[in-house]
Amino acid sequence: MRHGSYRFVASFLAIPLALYVVFVISPFVQAFYYSLTDWTGISPKFEFVGFQNFKDLANDAIFKASIGHNLILLVGVPILTIVFALVFAYLLNVGGKANSAGVHGVRGNGFYKLAFFLPQVLSVPVIAVIWATVMTSTDNGLLNSVTKKIGLGTSQYLASPKIALYCVLWVMVWGSVGFYLVLFNAAMSGIPKDIFEAAIIDGAGRLSTFFRITLPLLWDTIQTAWVYLAILALDAYALVAVMTAGPGGPDNSTYVMGLAIADNGFQYGRAGYASAMGVVLFFLTLIIAAVMLRATRRERIEY
Amino acid sequence: MTLQIDVEGRTQESAGGPEAVGDKGAFSPVNVFSHAVLIGWSILVLVPFGWALIASLKSTGEIFGDNPWALPEKLLWENFANAWDKGVGDYLLNSVVVVAGGVFGTMLFGSMVAYVLARYEFPGNRIIYYLFAAGMMFPTFLAIVPLFFVVKGFGMVSTYQGLILVYIAYSLPFTVFFMHSFFRTLPTSIAEAALVDGAGHATTFFRVMLPMAKPGLLSVGIFNVLGQFNQFVLPSFLSPEKPVLSQGIATLLGSQRYDNDWGTLFAALTIAMVPVIVVYLIFYRQVQAGLTGATLK
Repeated sequence: MRHGSYRFVASFLAIPLALYVVFVISPFVQAFYYSLTDWTGISPKFEFVGFQNFKDLANDAIFKASIGHNLILLVGVPILTIVFALVFAYLLNVGGKANSAGVHGVRGNGFYKLAFFLPQVLSVPVIAVIWATVMTSTDNGLLNSVTKKIGLGTSQYLASPKIALYCVLWVMVWGSVGFYLVLFNAAMSGIPKDIFEAAIIDGAGRLSTFFRITLPLLWDTIQTAWVYLAILALDAYALVAVMTAGPGGPDNSTYVMGLAIADNGFQYGRAGYASAMGVVLFFLTLIIAAVMLRATRRERIEY
Repeated sequence: MTLQIDVEGRTQESAGGPEAVGDKGAFSPVNVFSHAVLIGWSILVLVPFGWALIASLKSTGEIFGDNPWALPEKLLWENFANAWDKGVGDYLLNSVVVVAGGVFGTMLFGSMVAYVLARYEFPGNRIIYYLFAAGMMFPTFLAIVPLFFVVKGFGMVSTYQGLILVYIAYSLPFTVFFMHSFFRTLPTSIAEAALVDGAGHATTFFRVMLPMAKPGLLSVGIFNVLGQFNQFVLPSFLSPEKPVLSQGIATLLGSQRYDNDWGTLFAALTIAMVPVIVVYLIFYRQVQAGLTGATLK
């Protein structure tokens, strides 16, 4: 290490690290601390109450319901998104005209990737507003006008406690598929072509190529996708807050943990209690990430 | 070929049929099926956006009238003027100021940290790297309540500088992570030559390394522009009095439930959507590369 470089390193790290510690790390640590207090967020005085907040949480029906809603999203969003994205990515890669030289990608590959990815670059409120109006419950809503025409009748969508959450789930999947399609596509094109060609010469069809070659070689990427989608599903705040009236939907049917934290922390003056919810959310995230990584662990394939 | 669609589909599953057949140029059923599925999803993605764009020129009656698919009878450009008057102009200005400051700071500080971590050995290097990397994984909501009080403590709630500093802090993990791997791929010889020639460490960074890192800076820069422009959760809580565009849109939807002036809402939506779509269409390769690049590593 040359003379003077320690000073250089310190000067480059000082400001960014300070910002990061003050605005990211310290609130994160404080959340754990406040979760053990009865802080209102308004008065500077508060007392330690030990695990009282967590005991209260265990009896908080709305919070428990919100965890349930997040869990439904947690199961539905990753499965649907990954299946759709994988199918589309595979079609993009092998759906082209076939000839003796092997399989080809479809024409218009670039257009599809461009179009599918679009929802990813727009803000959640924009998407939420569009879908909230598409799913308007009147007979003349856009979606209802379609379902009426094809004989499915009309639905209440976001106004119906039974299906509102699934409408939100759909919008999450709809918005995420493009990103994971591009991700899987990038991973698929990283697989050497000769592996596919060898398999085809050996007589493997497209389906068996998919299950025997593509899927195993993509496993690492799928695993990463799963964890990111799980984090997305545990949040869902922005979509629910904008899309469903209340917010939280009819009979709180779309109430999620993020909403509970926002309401308690900023509306009801229960900052300590909201922090405890944040801690629960953190451990849920951690547990889910760990479980996913462990459950989907396979032997790593090198190529 | 044409009458064999079903049979061929099955053959492929079981024995891997037509790949072996030299049918260059002919449409195979797989090809037709692929296009049908992919076009179907494209429609599902694009129609809602197209409909929203057209609705920005319609009256409320037309948007939710007997035929919501109809084109507007008269183009109501005044929807845009109304939206602007309802505060969209201010929201847009707030967004632009905060994103300009936020992205500049993020790129500057992010590449400084990444460069030092990627190129210099010093005690604590790994710890700092993991500290930043960990930031990509944790839920913003855990910290949102204490974060509000931190910002309030600095007297920076609903101020530009408050949002800018917070945006920088929350964009650093991804930027550092991405630029770190980028600086690692750059050749060391040029930087060493500059140092031997008597340039200081900082000069070497700003004059030599940063210009060489342009492709990486572009990818992560565009990613940050889009990400910060679309930020919703942080400004909703930290800047209630000075809403940014995405926040303003959400508020407008809330008030439409009473105002019943949907054309104006869609005009506001269009103002929020179009700049993002334009940036995306120009830079979509960098956007996709930036997003997938970091996730894959």
